[in-house]
Amino acid sequence: MKVTLTVNGGEYVRDIEPRLLLIHLLRDELGLTGSHWGCDTSNCGACVVWLDETPVKSCTVLAVMADGRRVTTVEGLGSADRLDPVQRGFAECHGLQCGFCTPGMMLTARWLLDRNPDPSAAEVREAISGQICRCTGYENIVKAVLWAARNGGSG
Amino acid sequence: MGSEERRLRMTDEGPRREQRETKPYGPYGPIPRKEDARFVRGQGTFVDDIRLPGMLHGAILRSPLAHARIVSVDASAALAHPKVEAVLTGADLAERGLAWMPTLSGDVQAVLATDKVRFQGQEIAFVVAQDRYAARDALELIAVEYEPLPPVIDALTALDEDAPLVRDDLAGRTGNHIFDWTAGDKSAADAVFSAADVTVGCEMVYPRSHPAPLETCGIVAAFDAVTGRLTLWSTSQAPHAHRTLYSLITGLPEHKIRIVSPDLGGGFGNKVPVYPGYLCAIAASTVTGRPVKWVEDRSENLMSTTFARDYHMRGEIAATADGRILGLRAKVLADHGAFNATAQPTKFPAGFFHIFTGSYDLQAAFCEVTGVYTNKAPGGVAYSCSFRITEAVYLVERLVDMLAARLGIDPAELRMRNLLRPEQFPYTCPTGWQYDSGDYPRALTLALDIAGYGELRREQAERRGRGEYMGIGISFFTEGVGAGPREHMDILGLGMADGAELRVHPTGKVVLGVSVQTQGQGHETTFAQIVAHELGLTPDDVEVVHGDTDRTPFGLGTYGSRSTPVSGAAAVMAARKVRDRARLVAAVMLELSPDDLEWLDGQWRVRGDPERGAGIAEIAMAAHSSLELPEGVEGHLDASVVYNPPNLTFPFGAYICVTDVDPATGVVKVRRFIAVDDCGVRINPMIVEGQVHRGLADGIGMALMQAIAFDENGNCLGGSFMDYLLPTALECPSPELGATVTPSPHHPIGAKGIGESATVGSPPAVVNSVIDALAPFGVEHADMPLTPANVWRAIQGRPVRPDLALS
Amino acid sequence: MQVPAQVEYEKAASVEHAVTLLARYGTAARVLAGGHSLIPMMKLRLAQPEVLIDINGITDLCYVNLTGTQLRIGTLTRHAQLLDSQVAGEHFAILHDAERVIADPIVRNWGTVGGSLCQADPSEDLSAAFAAMKGTMVIHGPDGSREVSAREFHTGPYETVVGPSELLIEISLPIRPGGGSGYQKVSRRAGDWPVGAAGAAVWLTGDVIEDAGIGLTAVGATHFAAAEAEEYLRGKTASEDTLARAGQIAAENCRPVADQRGPADYKRHLARELTTRALRLAVARARGQAA
Repeated sequence: MKVTLTVNGGEYVRDIEPRLLLIHLLRDELGLTGSHWGCDTSNCGACVVWLDETPVKSCTVLAVMADGRRVTTVEGLGSADRLDPVQRGFAECHGLQCGFCTPGMMLTARWLLDRNPDPSAAEVREAISGQICRCTGYENIVKAVLWAARNGGSG
Repeated sequence: MGSEERRLRMTDEGPRREQRETKPYGPYGPIPRKEDARFVRGQGTFVDDIRLPGMLHGAILRSPLAHARIVSVDASAALAHPKVEAVLTGADLAERGLAWMPTLSGDVQAVLATDKVRFQGQEIAFVVAQDRYAARDALELIAVEYEPLPPVIDALTALDEDAPLVRDDLAGRTGNHIFDWTAGDKSAADAVFSAADVTVGCEMVYPRSHPAPLETCGIVAAFDAVTGRLTLWSTSQAPHAHRTLYSLITGLPEHKIRIVSPDLGGGFGNKVPVYPGYLCAIAASTVTGRPVKWVEDRSENLMSTTFARDYHMRGEIAATADGRILGLRAKVLADHGAFNATAQPTKFPAGFFHIFTGSYDLQAAFCEVTGVYTNKAPGGVAYSCSFRITEAVYLVERLVDMLAARLGIDPAELRMRNLLRPEQFPYTCPTGWQYDSGDYPRALTLALDIAGYGELRREQAERRGRGEYMGIGISFFTEGVGAGPREHMDILGLGMADGAELRVHPTGKVVLGVSVQTQGQGHETTFAQIVAHELGLTPDDVEVVHGDTDRTPFGLGTYGSRSTPVSGAAAVMAARKVRDRARLVAAVMLELSPDDLEWLDGQWRVRGDPERGAGIAEIAMAAHSSLELPEGVEGHLDASVVYNPPNLTFPFGAYICVTDVDPATGVVKVRRFIAVDDCGVRINPMIVEGQVHRGLADGIGMALMQAIAFDENGNCLGGSFMDYLLPTALECPSPELGATVTPSPHHPIGAKGIGESATVGSPPAVVNSVIDALAPFGVEHADMPLTPANVWRAIQGRPVRPDLALS
Repeated sequence: MQVPAQVEYEKAASVEHAVTLLARYGTAARVLAGGHSLIPMMKLRLAQPEVLIDINGITDLCYVNLTGTQLRIGTLTRHAQLLDSQVAGEHFAILHDAERVIADPIVRNWGTVGGSLCQADPSEDLSAAFAAMKGTMVIHGPDGSREVSAREFHTGPYETVVGPSELLIEISLPIRPGGGSGYQKVSRRAGDWPVGAAGAAVWLTGDVIEDAGIGLTAVGATHFAAAEAEEYLRGKTASEDTLARAGQIAAENCRPVADQRGPADYKRHLARELTTRALRLAVARARGQAA
């Protein structure tokens, strides 16, 4: 069936099976491989993207559910010539190592800062508690988000 | 501006390096990472990101049973699926001699099962289809008839007379015994134990867990029948070793195989072995003539790829009445699963477990390890274990705490009395390891200071009076990393030395090729820092190439924290060769003798006239020019080195964990985690600390929630992230780190390696902390993971076995 | 990652349209709301509906409203919206306590209250919370709407009274004076399913418990409720002893099953301990002594 969705500001029309997961539409159909997947049971959060204004686990959303909606992936964070403060914060604070969880973490961070421009470390930890990182132990991710909050937080 | 202040400036114009008139030479120091630029934009290239024209997708049918004879496999319905291009079964591979493959431990492992299945999740058939959804659908169209057999699940029963035989495929096998291995001096140890005032013994399990990198394992295999070249994009921590292995297994000539390990989403030892899925993809590519991608599900990852630990240990510690530790003994039953596929040096089937002597001055020690087969997935050496040092450190640190409790001596005090002293180094322990350097008391003192240990004990006493239970757990660890030397350490006959190749371009920019493969540890930055430091360049002048067997020198790969000790050393030695060659050229440029030059502030300078000199960039151009070159220099400065480490290096640390336990529910909260690490010289402290952060989280996970258990039918109970739980940001406190630096005397820059230290040192700190909290309830030991249920049951005096189903 | 089997798809524009579609497809269809219970089951192929009826377009079903003495929650309300709802938190602290520990913030953005209830997992938290609050479920079908008590809604693991052509459209909770509520959960890790959890509500006059509601999840309590313990509490003084005894009775009347989250004896113990703690919190809130 046909779906029409806006991804990172561009409109896409695709003919897909209803069972196609949003993460696969983004990665395999649209070639946006910045969003990842890491589990079978909606636990790891590597697949987090924004659906309209909220982060969702795109492995647990059918692409058809995004019909007529807006999706934002890591490729839509910042712009070609200007990194989002969240992206800068992650690089500045060593908030990533292998980079696999990073897109999802950054999108959640961006959403948090949009709603809560001056979060506490505890609030940052709560916001990312549905996403797993195997490399950083989370400390520098928290630091990265707090850095972004202090350095042009709203991007 | 000093080296510490160089920053990657992410300005509105995007990342921009600071350009400087005079370049201070490349620092050790906390510089931001070069690789981040692509990852923060989502432009990493992971295996599942790779798309090739005509690429097909593979999926594996796996056994639902732990032990069964295969009566028949009928793939006809799957083959009839309109989107299916091929189906491979064990019989198909057997025709090509590919149904079995060698493991890293000298055993064989089924690629696709032929006679029997030997663990739940074992590979039965490989479907190749036009897309991943069709491949998954087609799995359900393959009909397999099984004849179930009783499985061996509890490792403690594997050697029973009547235990079912797992490996009847091996000629002459009558039981599930794999190996016996001992280290140390049994009679000396027995003598010490008989004469000791006090001995404390304990059975403890280090349960099966799994490294679970966030990216699962996978491969894209592209065989070109015209050129005979096989190109693989693969999640491999050891691409060169894999290439050699594939050549031996498939018969394809090694120079026709190229392996590219692109960006890896974590490894932690999970991406060291060659998995059946890889070989199936290779076979499928040759059969279909098209590239074939296979990337495993998380359930496949957890159920079939290399697990970690699963050591059933009995440990004993002997001491004098006033707290002098005399000796240690250990007897271990090692559950290796259905195939012996542990990845450690050949001569050490129990890895480096015999470093269980720990950080203490002992008179004697003896350990014996017996490996057995069970009907579970193969593996054992993984998850930052430093070749079984996680198991060894856990054992000794638990025993030390138990001894402290028995003697009524504070556990910090007991350790301080027994730690090796700096003047004892280099120290040969009773099982033969020669620890290179260390000031242990200084590290422990620093950790106790950071923790405010005395205050914590006061708080603990006060809280106990109010019926609140907090625990303070200490762990002091020594690990041995950086395997090599090749004479003692090989994997499948490949000696564990590593190469480094430096190319110096005419404008003085450098390309370093290394054989190790980063999975997030920041090699592109730290190795650039190493070379930059040696050659008076900036890290931006140095490009690090890794992961592509066509572009890098041979080496055994990244695991066992060996990148800095081995490949890092190789990079240093290669850089020094370049520098020495550059001296000869500089001498000609300046019309002096090489002895008139000294290396100062990043340049070869004239002795007594330091304003005159030449840096590497100028010298490189000169080497490529028409300058008449001296003896010993051909038209370039390039150098290559194979570094054979003379010994392991021995990082160490002192960790303290503070927990609060609610005995009514068993819930444990980790309040604080203090970690003092000594990894010798620190190339990039920011990266070092990041490694420690991770290891502390690992410890919390393993101590409190991670385990892969099985029921009596062999059903794997940890096959998803719903049951194999990993710590989130809410379980991990903000770590408090400290550092001491005792350089390794034999490493060219004194560095030791850090990657696994915290994973090794942290679990005992957490467990010791919880047991300390529960001391008023008379709990002496309880096995990991200390879930709320396990804690509560321990308090009731009825602890659970973590490796079996709860009942 | 595992992926679902083939399925067909219909998008419902209204409640009536959804009901028509459900009537057409019968048991071959499943309602798709947030999908965060259903889609994971479909990916593992434990659920293989032939048709999905997507109700996400029926935005009218997304509300948390105070009307008179009822709090009305539309079935399509996202967990995050219930957690953010001031009016819900003001009158029913138990709902916020529970939502805070359901799954994780990202899952809560999309998973729905109705979806969780209809999935009817024996460890589902809101089932216990609504049981404690003695809520009412409003179910709409071809013959119109009907109401079912929250305590009759579940008929077994993964089974509810919602018929194949019906749709849960609303949950309503009565607001009564003198009330306080709370939720206590033990899990192995943040975001995990409960090993055991208890929700409690009390309505006090002075120190006397006029009425009590106790909901339990993950411990095999009938209809997610501890009716015997509630009965015991009615008319009793809210003292430490009576709350402890209520916990004991709740524990005696549940039937926990061992699984990897915990053995049965521990779960039974949790039923007692957490019931008492939830009651303590509910009493404190009813007295205005706790937030």
